[in-house]
Amino acid sequence: MTMQKAIVKMLQGNEACVYGALYAGVEFFAGYPITPSTEIAEGMARELPRRGGKFIQMEDEIGSIAAVIGAANAGCKAMTATSGPGFSLMQENIGYAYMTETPCVIINVQRGGPSTGLPTKIAQSDTMQARWGTHGDYTAIAVAPSSARECFSETVRAFNLSERFRTPVIVLTDEVLGHMREIMTIPQAGELRVVDRVRPDVPHEWYRHFEITPSFVSPMASFGEGYRYNVSGLTHDQDGFPTAIPEEIKTKLDKLRLKIERYIDEITSFRTEMMDDAHVAVISYGSVARAAYQAVRMARERRIKVGAIQPFTIWPLGEIRLRELLIPIKKVIVAELNMGQLVHEIRRVAPRHTEVFSLNRYDGEVMTPHQILDKIREVL
Amino acid sequence: MNAAGGKEQKGKKSKGIQVDSDRYEIRLSGSGGQGLILAGVILAEGLGIGDGKNVVQTQSYGPEARGGASRADVVVSEREIHYPKTMKLDMLLAMTQEACDKYYPDMKESGVLIIDSTLVTQVPTKRYYGLPFTRLAREEIGIVMVANVIALGAIAELTGIVSREAIRDAVLARAPRGTEEKNKQALELGFSEAKKLKRT
Repeated sequence: MTMQKAIVKMLQGNEACVYGALYAGVEFFAGYPITPSTEIAEGMARELPRRGGKFIQMEDEIGSIAAVIGAANAGCKAMTATSGPGFSLMQENIGYAYMTETPCVIINVQRGGPSTGLPTKIAQSDTMQARWGTHGDYTAIAVAPSSARECFSETVRAFNLSERFRTPVIVLTDEVLGHMREIMTIPQAGELRVVDRVRPDVPHEWYRHFEITPSFVSPMASFGEGYRYNVSGLTHDQDGFPTAIPEEIKTKLDKLRLKIERYIDEITSFRTEMMDDAHVAVISYGSVARAAYQAVRMARERRIKVGAIQPFTIWPLGEIRLRELLIPIKKVIVAELNMGQLVHEIRRVAPRHTEVFSLNRYDGEVMTPHQILDKIREVL
Repeated sequence: MNAAGGKEQKGKKSKGIQVDSDRYEIRLSGSGGQGLILAGVILAEGLGIGDGKNVVQTQSYGPEARGGASRADVVVSEREIHYPKTMKLDMLLAMTQEACDKYYPDMKESGVLIIDSTLVTQVPTKRYYGLPFTRLAREEIGIVMVANVIALGAIAELTGIVSREAIRDAVLARAPRGTEEKNKQALELGFSEAKKLKRT
């Protein structure tokens, strides 16, 4: 047996997203460059044509996500990457992707807002937008890496989840993560799981594009394969035709929710650090999680019993598992680079005896370990 | 040729500083155009790919990075690196007076300061290493642009943070085609000049 030599690379978070997407089998990228996400488009423009894929720079973000949805319906694994106002522009069509159950991946490298805000500075102020960005009722999936290695693996996971559940998946990173370079070993083929959408195995005339199955996920035929169906943003029946029948409307919306909620344990994932004997916990994601781990290390040197929890899946958060983690915790600090978004969700989920504190920074700078350490001391 | 302005620091003599089990924080600073971001990437690649350490490289980003003080930060550790940015510097390279003034306060008391004595004339401490990187690049190699590579050679020699082989491979991997020889020369010059400095 020959061992393949491990490839070790210094990669920016954004570059790691590119290689992760390629590993997952991305075939199509449409985008409009915007700081601090541009390196993803650059990498895709370089790598995709070489591998027989397609890269297209569209006229704007609305066109970009539209092209991605088209490509995904034609059978491709498709994605885009954006930041700040670009993510806002995409929202209506992301809703179209939820409704038409189109698998695709949207990477949002977060910067400060609202509006054009801070193109070159970090924020996590799109946390709620990743959940509630488009109008209507739906259940969103958003994942959040905190290192170059995780940018790679979470992008792979985003594609897997989107294909598995026929839904758009958002990858939430940030400016610092996107631009920092970090050493990582590129996973070899077969090391990470790669999931492809389920295709129909029935005769053309039996096929229903939005069929209610026991898992609530419908097999997906590509355009041009001979299957007949309708794709519409209007609330539709199992064949995709608009409906006004209350029963069918409810069935459709329940399908969008249940296909994700029923598999929440499969979707959510956490990293915990020093939680075994902790009375205080810090919850954070993305770049802030790195500062939190450092702060925990520093606090432990001072014999403070504190731990850290990092959700890799921000939406859905996985409230049952999270509540279990918080049972022995008296005080929990939610550290985030916004005016307090994830903290509302933690307040909802935390056991009654757990006091929830909010630690916020929104001046374009990354949270420092000392800031978190100070907060830990303050709440003790 | 003697290292003009080269001054030996007291106390911590010629002892290579080994990477301890935790973090070692480095900042390469100067002005835009001196190739310090690239030097930061090369140093990080040497540490990470050549020496197999955990390493993260960050930099100031955006319009403020053009003109004025420019910097690249490198954090290295045997352990997993949690916080990716620098907190207190173990080593500072200052290639301009402005960078030296601006970033000196970010250093640990025990930190190693290395300056380009061609351009830094007022040093805020007596504990520093000075080599005229820019002058050496211009006069010895014939290209001012390689001052950053000479500095990398000096950093390797003075701190022992990165092995000679690793930094050599990293420089050559990033050198544009046709410039390999000049870059190699520059790096060797950095090694030898720093060695002289350590002996004085």
